[in-house]
Formats: sequence, structure tokens, C-alpha cells
Amino acid sequence: MIQEPHATLRDSDPDVGLFTVLREDGSADPATDPKIPTPRLVLAYRHMRRLRQLDARMILLQRQGRVGFYGACTGQEAVPIATGLVARPDDWVFPALREQSVMLVRGFPLRQFVAQVFGNSGDVLKGRQMPSHPSGKQVHQVSWSSCIGPQIPQAVGAAWAMKQAKNEAVAFGFSGDGATSQPDFHAAMTFAAAFKAPVVIVCQNNHWSISVPTARQTASRTIAVKGRAYGIPSVRVDGNDLLAMHAVLERAADRARRGEGPTFVEALTYRIGAHSTSDDPTRYRTDAEVESWKKKDPVDRLARHLRKIGAIDDASEKQLDDELGAEIAEVIKAVEELPPPPRLSLFDDVYAEPTWNLREQRELLAAIPPAPSH
Amino acid sequence: MNLVQAINDALKLEMKRDPRVVVLGEDVGRVGGVFRVTQGLWDEFGDDRVVDTPLSEGGILGTAIGMALYGLVPVPEIQFADFIFPGYDQIVSELAKMRWRSGGEYSAKMVVRTPVGGGIRGGLYHSQSPESLFIHVAGLKVVCPANPYDAKGLLLASLRDPDPVLFFEPKRIYRASRGDVPEGDYTVELGKAKIVREAEAAPGKPAVTILAWGAMLYEAVAAAEKALELGVECEIVDLRTLWPVDVETIAASVEKTGRVIVVHEAPKTCGFGAELVALINERCFLSLEAPPVRVAGFDTPFPYTLEMDYLPLAHRILPAIVETARY
Repeated sequence: MIQEPHATLRDSDPDVGLFTVLREDGSADPATDPKIPTPRLVLAYRHMRRLRQLDARMILLQRQGRVGFYGACTGQEAVPIATGLVARPDDWVFPALREQSVMLVRGFPLRQFVAQVFGNSGDVLKGRQMPSHPSGKQVHQVSWSSCIGPQIPQAVGAAWAMKQAKNEAVAFGFSGDGATSQPDFHAAMTFAAAFKAPVVIVCQNNHWSISVPTARQTASRTIAVKGRAYGIPSVRVDGNDLLAMHAVLERAADRARRGEGPTFVEALTYRIGAHSTSDDPTRYRTDAEVESWKKKDPVDRLARHLRKIGAIDDASEKQLDDELGAEIAEVIKAVEELPPPPRLSLFDDVYAEPTWNLREQRELLAAIPPAPSH
Repeated sequence: MNLVQAINDALKLEMKRDPRVVVLGEDVGRVGGVFRVTQGLWDEFGDDRVVDTPLSEGGILGTAIGMALYGLVPVPEIQFADFIFPGYDQIVSELAKMRWRSGGEYSAKMVVRTPVGGGIRGGLYHSQSPESLFIHVAGLKVVCPANPYDAKGLLLASLRDPDPVLFFEPKRIYRASRGDVPEGDYTVELGKAKIVREAEAAPGKPAVTILAWGAMLYEAVAAAEKALELGVECEIVDLRTLWPVDVETIAASVEKTGRVIVVHEAPKTCGFGAELVALINERCFLSLEAPPVRVAGFDTPFPYTLEMDYLPLAHRILPAIVETARY
């Protein structure tokens, strides 16, 4: 069932349908087409392709033992890339695992992003977090928590402060389908509605929380419908459709900027790869299921559309691939050779000023030889 | 002024001075909190600064972190320290680690206020003293005042400190503790203990150091009075800031007396007393004349009917003083 996004944002459909723009043949449904300017779509495509390549390279590096871990978002690129394009510079982003790349769209340097994966001295976070847990104040993006869910009420709190400040900023808070079982999701939805906070809460339903299917997460017909009980206008959108995601997020953000409060978005998508480099999905799902979703790949769908409207062709695709490949290779080369963070930086930033125990322990570490490597 | 009024005074003063300060929590607005600590703030500062929230500690603390990230200075109230656990992850995994995990880019400055301790017929959900569960977490500061003067000064200092502070308010003495509190602005420095009773050891006349805080400070004082009648002097240290603890003042006192007792309401095993005794052993081993002693809550859940037997009251501290002095 296809819905016009204004209607879905007014929450007029009791069944919570699926908002889609891109049709199978690559054309945009005229009834729902948000008419995004072509250069913006080409930019979105570039970011999606870059992310696809980046994820593939990072997983390869992990397999080669050059980085410790990685969580890719392959098959889910439309959501973070659309968010990055919709968010304004003074908006804040509270991602979950599959939305780290929003920061890249908003201007965070790829070099620092990759340095976070290596955890070396090029990393803004000083090597303190596992790979795939970046943050960057320059683009107002906060780190997610591996505990799953804490960032959602934090997004609501930031939005609440934005409302007090009476500016037009918006907070975007993300979760996966698994996080909707957490108390933090419930708290976030409750507080967002009660305080009419300018927040867009997005759940990427990728069908799997590691090995547990969404059907085991909830007996609710959809995740979007949960928003209704909290009094939050909610929409279920095709998360593999860049045009649909862009339209829904932009309208949700506009609602928030106008002081109309929160919107809840369920983005229906699929995790094509493993949960992380530590996961083996063949133990819990079939190849046929994965193959069926590969046919709905968000990058391919946008490519089909752009070809149809004549915005890309074989030559431009090849050029794009070469450019992105060279950029990523160059960044990896430059970052990989950076030294680890200084040992004694371990004790910085626990408090604004180190307490006496940290000063003592820093002296202790300084006096002993470096630990053996892994 | 009593302790409640002193805390209220500090909040009012800082809210006037700093527009970033926002009080939020369950029942903190119109009714002024179940202990009336925030009474009058909503009338004066309104809905934007004093916010009655939904009943969700995780929501209160999670949203407070978001507010703090955006630049406000939230003062969430957790109605009883016993209720803090639904929001524990937000404190332990998020608040405490925010500055460190972001490489120093972000911080979430806030003061979490919560009433703590037993002796008010509150049973296991209104009586606990969970301070060690927060002291154990790198990145938090933990404060517990024992009188109105310190409460106001420590709260103002906590609000202006750059790090997140857990501010434990000993509810048993909320109204019983009274004293002069200066009008206007002053702070009591964090990380500084206060010697509330001095003692000198002399040959044949042993003295004992007692470390205490919050409501149990008064039990220590009462026990010390009785001990004096038996010829034993006690030096009593009110820790005031539990973390970072004033290890220098503690060590100086123990080096002087050679004998030390730690008193706390929380269960003995892995309570803060365990850390204090370890610090004393590390720093003062050669000065010790007797084994350090802990007089603490028992390793049971906090009881309702038998709470006075559970608490380390003066009648339990006194024999420990005598035994330590005679060791």
C-alpha cells in the first residue's frame, strides 16, 4: 500500500502502510515523487557508492587482520545517506550501529573516520572505542552505545534543549528493530511525545538483531504502528528507496522545525551482510532470503532511476568507481601508518582534570615497559 | 536552616545565576518533590526550568544527558537512590564515559540529586546507600553532605564543577540536621574532607580515627562521646566528597592515631569502606597500631522492621572503638 507522505505524516492510515517512490523499473511514482533535484540525487548516489566501497574495504582489512572489527551497513545505505543530506549543519545526529556514515555526508573527514576504525593517533577518539563507534563534534554526531538504545532518549533530550533554545534545530535518533524492545526506546517515545520535542526517531528494521528475527522481537504487526500508542505521528517507509527516505525524513524534520513535535519512522530494509565481522549469518538465515533482498538493493535501485533519467551512464559509473576507489585507498594508506595513541593519553578525559588516583596510575604506567602486543 | 532548605537555597541561587540550570524529575514541579527539596522553584522559574517528567528514571537520565550535550546543566532528581537502577546504564555507560569515549569532545555536565540511606522506615526500596556502585565507575564524582552549610556549599560547587556529580542527600537527617547557612553565594571545595572532632594519641592513651559521612556521621559522634567517658579519644573525619576522596586528610589522621574505623550504611562487602581500608593499608601500613575496622550495614537486603539493627548506629560503633583502642 502506497501513501502520500503528507498523509502518512498526519498518521491517517490505521494499517501503517509502506511509503515508496521508486518503482521496479526505476521510475519514480508520480503520486509520491518528492521531486528531488537531480544533482542532489547524483550526490546521494555518490555517497551511497562510497559507503558501499568503504564497507567492503574495511571488512577486507578486518579479514586481513589489519583492523580489529567492523560493522558494515551494506544494503542499508539509503537511510544514513538520506539523513546526512536532510540534516542541517546545526542539527544533531544520535546514530545506532548502521548510521555512523551520516557524519561523512555532513563533512566529517574520511581520514578521521577511517582512523577511528584503526584506533590510532589519527582518531579523534584517541583509540578509545572499538571500530564502528565514531563520533564527531564538528558535525554534531554522538556515539552510539553497544548496550543498544541509550542514544534514543539522549536524542530526545537534545531536542528538548533545542526547543528551549527556540531555534529550528532538530535531533535525529536511530535504532534498529532490536532496540525497540529496550526500555530506552519506550522512554524516548514517551518523553518525545510528552514534551513535543523536535526529534525524528528512526528505526531501521533490517529484519535481524544479530540472529533474532523481528518476529521474535515483537508481535506487533509493524514497528511503525507502535508510535501510534505514544501519540507520535508514525510512518513506515521503504528504507531501500533513497527518494522515499529523503522525502519522509525531510518532512519529519520540517514538522519538528515548525514546532509540531516528534515523528517516528520505521525504515523497512535488510542487512545483506553479517551483523559484524564476528557474526556468521548462515547459521540462522537462508541464502534465498538474502538473494530476494539483494534484488531490492538500495544502491542498485537508485542507479536504475538515475540511468532512466539520464543522470548517469556506464562511463560516469566507471569514473565514479575509480575515483572512490582511489580516494579510499589513499586514505587507508595514509592512516594505517599512523602510530598508536600515546600510552599516557589513557588517563586523559576521564575527568576534566585527572584526579589523584589517575595521576598516580599515570606515573605507574609511565614507569613500566610497554605491554606486549595482541 | 535544615538540610532540605539549604539544598533548596543552593538550587534557587544557581538557577538565578545560571540560565542553563534545569531541574527535572518525578514530582519536582508543582508539589516540590516528595521531600519538598525543590519547593517553590516551579513557581519562580516555570515550566521550562523545573520539569515534572514521566515516571521513568532511564528517561529522566537519558534525556538529561541529551540536554547536557546540547549545553544545558540539568539537575535530575531521582526520587530515592533505590530508584536509580532503571537509569543505571545511562549513568554508567553514557554519563560517566561521555568525555573519555569522545576523546574529550563531548561532556554531559549534570548533578544527579538523590536522597540516600535508611532509618526512615522505608524498607528495601527507600533506604539503600549505593554510593560504591558509582565510585567504582571511572568518570563520576560522588558527594554526600552531612549538614546544611556543607550541603549548600557542596551543591554549588558540584553545579560549577566540569564533571558529572552524583549528589547523595542523607534523608534521615533532611530535617534533623540544622545549622547556620550564610545567605548568598559560597562553595565548599569538592575533594576536601573535614575533621569534625580532633584527637591526639599519647603514650598509654590511644586515639581512634573514624571515617564517616552523611547520617552516620552523627552516630560516629555519639559513639565518640561515649568512648570519651571510657577514656578513648576519637578523631572524626567527615569525608563530604566520597570521590575523589580526600586521601591526604585520611592518611594524616591515621598516621597520627594508628587506629581507624570506617562507618557506612551500605553492606560491608565491597562497600566504600573496603576501598578506604585498602588505601589506608597502602599508605599508612607502618603507622597502624591495630587492624582497620569496618562498621557497616550487613550483607543482606535492607530490612523494614529490623532496620535499626541493620544500621551501624552508635551502639555498634562504640564497641569497635573500644576494641580498636585496646588492640
